[in-house]
Amino acid sequence: MRFMYIVTSAHSGSPTPELLDAMHKLADREIKAGRMLDSGGLMPLATGAQVRITDGRLSVVDGPFVEAKEVIGGYAIFELPGKEEAVAAAVEFMQLHKDFMPGWEGTCELRAFAGP
Amino acid sequence: MTAADAHRAILAVWRIEQPRLITSLARMLRDVPLAEDLTQEALLAALERWPATGVPERPGAWLMATAKHRALDHLRRRRMLEHKHAMVARDLEDEQQAMPDLDSALDDDIGDELLRLIFTACHPRLPREARAALALRMICGLTTEEIARAFLLPAATIAQRIVRAKRTLSESGLAYETPRGEALSERLASVLEVVYLVFNEGYAAARGEDWLRPQLCNEALRMGRVLASIAPHEPEAHGLLALMELNASRTAARTDAAGEPILMLEQNRALWDQFQIRRGTQALGRACALGGAGGFYTLQAAIIACHAEARTAGDTDWSRIAGLYAELAALVRSPIIELNRAVAVGMAQGPQAGLSIVDPLMGEPALKGYHLLPSVRGDLLHRLGRYEEARAAFEAAAALAGNRREHDLLRRRAAAAAAAAMSP
Repeated sequence: MRFMYIVTSAHSGSPTPELLDAMHKLADREIKAGRMLDSGGLMPLATGAQVRITDGRLSVVDGPFVEAKEVIGGYAIFELPGKEEAVAAAVEFMQLHKDFMPGWEGTCELRAFAGP
Repeated sequence: MTAADAHRAILAVWRIEQPRLITSLARMLRDVPLAEDLTQEALLAALERWPATGVPERPGAWLMATAKHRALDHLRRRRMLEHKHAMVARDLEDEQQAMPDLDSALDDDIGDELLRLIFTACHPRLPREARAALALRMICGLTTEEIARAFLLPAATIAQRIVRAKRTLSESGLAYETPRGEALSERLASVLEVVYLVFNEGYAAARGEDWLRPQLCNEALRMGRVLASIAPHEPEAHGLLALMELNASRTAARTDAAGEPILMLEQNRALWDQFQIRRGTQALGRACALGGAGGFYTLQAAIIACHAEARTAGDTDWSRIAGLYAELAALVRSPIIELNRAVAVGMAQGPQAGLSIVDPLMGEPALKGYHLLPSVRGDLLHRLGRYEEARAAFEAAAALAGNRREHDLLRRRAAAAAAAAMSP
């Protein structure tokens, strides 16, 4: 099964060098293990935009968005046998944040791709 | 969390951690079968302990510590038996030093170790089926029961294969090392063959009743990605990965809602997985860039890429496919490849050209009883308007088809040819 991981956080600062290093090593291991297919970090909100439909009207809003609290910082795509593996991988990833960036709070959401 | 949930969660952690556990223990013990036994003991300990205590915060480190303690115990016992008491204390001290820091598990680049492990599990001295079972167990972390279900075999059969293979490895005193030079490509061929065997076993099942059968495709793909990333200079590793990614990209389109197979040319190409096709063509590009365009797997991947890149069946570049099959046929003499070449030539240059390749195959002993030979011939004859001969060919093919669905399809084609023969 293919899974999308999306990391959201209210923290706007960049990760500590230790966390970056640990994430890099984890990513390297997961690529070599054939589980991680793709990943990427996202630029700050100011570089983005939202195209919305509200009350039947379409509007384009440039970032940053004042009302945004949790911001998507990055994503990854994994191929795994099932949800248990997907959760185990997310737990390991989040443990790195706990270990190497004390005080950081956020969410790693994982969702299975639609398909067979 | 129910006991079953806990069990599944533990096996999930296991699959992630197990290759690193085996490689670390193999490095300590210089004995892969023993390393495998002891990591299994660590798994059993976790299955016993964790449902009650919960999964520890660093499950990988827990498993590693447990497995290493077993390994140290073993070394200690073995030393005692060897009456080298005086040595024991000092050696054990050295080993403790050599043990990597458990908390820095991520610092441990296991690429080379893993490659060595794969070469051992897929040693050419082992029968192919045994290599496949060992690889699934040691590299993918599947249990004996899971492997048995995936191959539709009794667990006892797989267990026996594994035991025998491990005994062969132990008794033959094979060096635990990564082969170099000439030996490397020969040994790599033995690994790639196993990975492809596992893939095809799963691919043939398409949508098995048991998810574990199609799961074999994913395990093979994963091993293929592992090989391509830890042996990045080997073109055929990329070629095989490309072939598997490109074939797997059609999974959603291969059967209809009732599970009936759909031929490639009739598949809904919107259902082909473009993400996977992109990965496949990238791997193919790497294989070719490394000078491997003429390799066995790379050539097959290049053929499938022709299909993957065609927006419609009508856009297929059949002359390129025919040329690639000619290259493949020159590389490996195989009547099946020749038959495939006939299909491509029949599409590129017309049915008569295809038929002139098929007809000499009719006396080929290896294809006696192979239903696709008369089936392809029937198709070419039908297109030439030789309906009566086409009918006879489809009838012959139907009689040989082992699969009921294929049998029915061939009977329908025979009936269509018969009807065409009757009409003025």
